[in-house]
Amino acid sequence: MEIQKDLLYTMEHEWIRLKGNRAVVGVSDFAQKQLGDVVFVELPTEGTELVKENTFGVVESVKTVSDVYAPLSGRVVAVNKDLETQPDLVNSDPYGKGWMIEIEVTDSSPEDGLMNSEKYTELCQQQG
Amino acid sequence: MSEELPQTLRTTPLTDVHRKLGARLVPFAGWNMPIQYAGVVTEHLCVREKVGLFDVSHMGEIDIKGKDAQRFLQYLLSNDIEKMTDGSILYTLMCYEGGGVVDDLLIHRFSEDHYFLCVNASNTDKDYAWIKKNATSFDVTTKNTSAATAQLALQGPRAEEVLQPLFDISLHDLPYYHFKRGKVHNVEGIVSRTGYTGEDGFELYLPQGDVRQVFCALIRQGEPCGIQPIGLGARDTLRLEMGYALYGQEIDAESSPLEADLGWVVKFKKGKFIGSEPLLKQKEEGLLRKLVGLRLLTRGVPREHYRVLADGKPVGEVTSGTFSPSLNIGIGLCYVPSEHSITGARLEVEIRNQLIPAEVVKLPFVPSHVKK
Repeated sequence: MEIQKDLLYTMEHEWIRLKGNRAVVGVSDFAQKQLGDVVFVELPTEGTELVKENTFGVVESVKTVSDVYAPLSGRVVAVNKDLETQPDLVNSDPYGKGWMIEIEVTDSSPEDGLMNSEKYTELCQQQG
Repeated sequence: MSEELPQTLRTTPLTDVHRKLGARLVPFAGWNMPIQYAGVVTEHLCVREKVGLFDVSHMGEIDIKGKDAQRFLQYLLSNDIEKMTDGSILYTLMCYEGGGVVDDLLIHRFSEDHYFLCVNASNTDKDYAWIKKNATSFDVTTKNTSAATAQLALQGPRAEEVLQPLFDISLHDLPYYHFKRGKVHNVEGIVSRTGYTGEDGFELYLPQGDVRQVFCALIRQGEPCGIQPIGLGARDTLRLEMGYALYGQEIDAESSPLEADLGWVVKFKKGKFIGSEPLLKQKEEGLLRKLVGLRLLTRGVPREHYRVLADGKPVGEVTSGTFSPSLNIGIGLCYVPSEHSITGARLEVEIRNQLIPAEVVKLPFVPSHVKK
């Protein structure tokens, strides 16, 4: 199971690639394995304001529906349109082509409450 | 993955084999069962296009024997047992006095006075108690043989090709809904041409102690055909595409076999059986609601308990729903008032506060390939 070292993670198995005040967000390899074959991804539109810890979208697999939670507050500046026609990218490339949204972050300390890869590895081991 | 099970979960003899094959095991009907291996969609398509092997050992088997066996079963079950011949199988319901369903099951006839039933895992104990209770005034002996019996299902267009080299009896001459006793990989068992997928295939009843070697032999034999082990996740998407009922969802103690579109296994002409009177009355009065297939017209997955609306008003709930891997669209089953049950009728499914358009379609959602 893959955990990328340069990313931050949440308790809900989202990953964040934080660069300055921009954050790209997706769900982790652990999450996509739990979900199974992803068939639909519901994402917000560009310009939507997100509040940290509120849901920003839904990932549907054949058997389950899962909410995805905003790891940070801010405005959605990009949405991965490929997921409309290829939702399985979440399964095949969760950290790359399966990215979901990009946020322009408004939190003053965005890293608060987010885990580094070591802490996230521990979480996965507990839950796995 | 946590290895600790609640004390009450039962296991089949194949649990370690499933783990080696990469299965995710989850509780189902009190059993620890493989829900998927490579993935639900891959497994589903493998059964439709090639061949898949299921461990369904959690299912129950009940043996019924005696002078009065035929008469007892004719009274107990909804279908016409007198029409059976040695080696034939019928799909039937077992009803309560009020007409609701105890279980749906397959009855197999060895001879006029000897039968066995294959029943749902979730109902085995309940069914056996019901059968014993109703058998008291008949000259029959009943036995719950589930603990000693394992079951495999081999399903798909290449199933016969995989099984024949391991079975000592010709499968070419085994018609749909018939069974034979013989040796599978040198293990004594029963092979029936039945299944829950809509593809050609077989169900194998084997002794618990020997099922492991048969499962492994079938996997090896099937490798050149592209065989995969198949979990309960794909078992559900396969049966849903065929519109087959699942006890606990489409049918239960409160539902009517007639409303569930199972009138074809309710044979009033044969005479009185448990539940026949209220059901006959319902048939004469006309059905108020019917089970229909729904196909979504835009993206979305209908799921159990989602509300279904007609002309903006709630008229029912989805009983089973999924994303169809064969059709790439959401499909489901639902009871609706009779006036909305016509093929082509437009309805809406409420999915997370949005109303998604759907239409009533004829079942099955995808064509059946059983060898009739």
